[in-house]
Amino acid sequence: MGMNAGNIDPQQRAELLKDFPGEVKSGPGSNIVVTSVDGIINWARANSLWPLVFGTSCCAIEMMATGASRHDWARFGTEVARATPRQSDLIVIAGTIVNKMAPVLKRLYDQMADPKYVIAMGACATSGGPFYYNTYSVVKGADHVIPVDVYVPGCPPRPEALLYGIMQLQKKIKGETLSDPRDPMKDWV
Amino acid sequence: MEEVTSLESQEYFINMGPQHPSTHGVLRLLLSLDGEIIRKVEPHLGYIHRSIERMCEYDSYQQIVHLTDRMDYLSCHINNEAVCLGVEMGLEVEVPERVKVIRTIISELNRISSHQLWWGVMGMDLGAITSFLYGFRDREMITDIFEETCGARLTMNYNIPGGLMFDIHPNFQKRTKEFVEHFKKTLPEYDDLLSNNVIFRERTVGVGKISKEDAISFGCTGPTGRASGFSCDVRKHDPYSAYPQVDFKEILAEEGDCFARYKCRIDEMWESLSIIEQLIDNIPEGDYKVQTRAVIKLPAGEYYQKVETARGEFGVYIISNGAKSPYRLKFRSPGFSNLSALNKMAVGGKIADLVAIMSTIDLVIPDIDR
Repeated sequence: MGMNAGNIDPQQRAELLKDFPGEVKSGPGSNIVVTSVDGIINWARANSLWPLVFGTSCCAIEMMATGASRHDWARFGTEVARATPRQSDLIVIAGTIVNKMAPVLKRLYDQMADPKYVIAMGACATSGGPFYYNTYSVVKGADHVIPVDVYVPGCPPRPEALLYGIMQLQKKIKGETLSDPRDPMKDWV
Repeated sequence: MEEVTSLESQEYFINMGPQHPSTHGVLRLLLSLDGEIIRKVEPHLGYIHRSIERMCEYDSYQQIVHLTDRMDYLSCHINNEAVCLGVEMGLEVEVPERVKVIRTIISELNRISSHQLWWGVMGMDLGAITSFLYGFRDREMITDIFEETCGARLTMNYNIPGGLMFDIHPNFQKRTKEFVEHFKKTLPEYDDLLSNNVIFRERTVGVGKISKEDAISFGCTGPTGRASGFSCDVRKHDPYSAYPQVDFKEILAEEGDCFARYKCRIDEMWESLSIIEQLIDNIPEGDYKVQTRAVIKLPAGEYYQKVETARGEFGVYIISNGAKSPYRLKFRSPGFSNLSALNKMAVGGKIADLVAIMSTIDLVIPDIDR
């Protein structure tokens, strides 16, 4: 994970600031600046989520339907589907993740630049879904491999459900702040 | 210093996939290249292997139908039908005429919706995004009909052993006729956009050829086999449901290249429309299912039922020992056999042709890996 202010523990921070000649204060002025910047950055991030073209099975078809003529996720700023993880902000896990695919998914996630978000689309990516019992090869939920932000239930979910999931993610992004940047790996167990 | 007299090339390997937009899922191809020329294509499978055949050994026959939806999800209704016909064969149950006709109509709608999606995605693979939007525009009409009929857009699970889960919606006939009328007007647009497009033809005509002998020996079925002249339509040769009573042509071509496979699918959509038109006004009255026992136990024995999905011959081979679950269940999926011919089609061509070839085989990876 990238180094950022939120990752440094207070003891380390005090040590780093030991030789600093001045004082670090969070005065009223700096707070105003940060919140305005937060608003602009979050607005921009939330409305230009570029998804990775990543579909393993049936949900991919509903994801394509979401991107196509009728449902048109371009209305939410997510139309620029990228084929490479290095250019995308959002990975929609559309389909089952099996044991052989799990390392690939982890690598794709690691290749994405921060900040990155994950939507688990459908029952398989949420919990293994119909492939929960009596199977030897299915990962029971993509959150065993990478941290997930939003879960969209359904088998497969309707395009409206995926759009709602994207809107929930936008809501989540709009609550972020620069003074405490998110670290998805921190809370992930 | 030694004088260089010739430039020698060296073969090298690249990985295509498992995350690649033109593999339509998570297929991984190991390409052996000489410059831009393909020397060998080696598919690596298993990235979406969900052990469905193993799960079937634990499930009841009604539950197995659900799993087949998730294999070839673009022809889910036809997959369901294969299992249901197999179980009905074992139980020696004759379903009512009404069920047969409804199953056939929905199968053909499903085939059209699969081909529409294939057409849209094929255009996108070759760099035209308009076809994607056009294909989905028409496909949404079919998913609406499915949704009204059984409540699901994609994985319908409308068939059950012994008939259908519900009767059709009162609007079904009206909306299907509306769709047929609409699609008859928009299908010529498909030709205008891609079939008669010079760039498209340059990339497909003469590319990825496979002879009839090779197609047979690799077990290619569906439009992939028929484009090489291999007459393999299960609906014609081994008719099931209401296919014996309808009049339709088996689309055959001789060239065996990408454009022939493309043209076969486009012509198949016309045939499907004609089948729907013949049946939609003649749905007989009657029950929509025959009552089967709550726990189905097939008599000990082996049963094989094959159907024609949008991709080719799909077979279900059930071995029963008289218990409530099959002893062993094997699916013969069309994608797996069609994929095996990929090496034959692609060798000697350019790497960009591989994308066109894979598009015209119309692979669905969960169908291959199961």
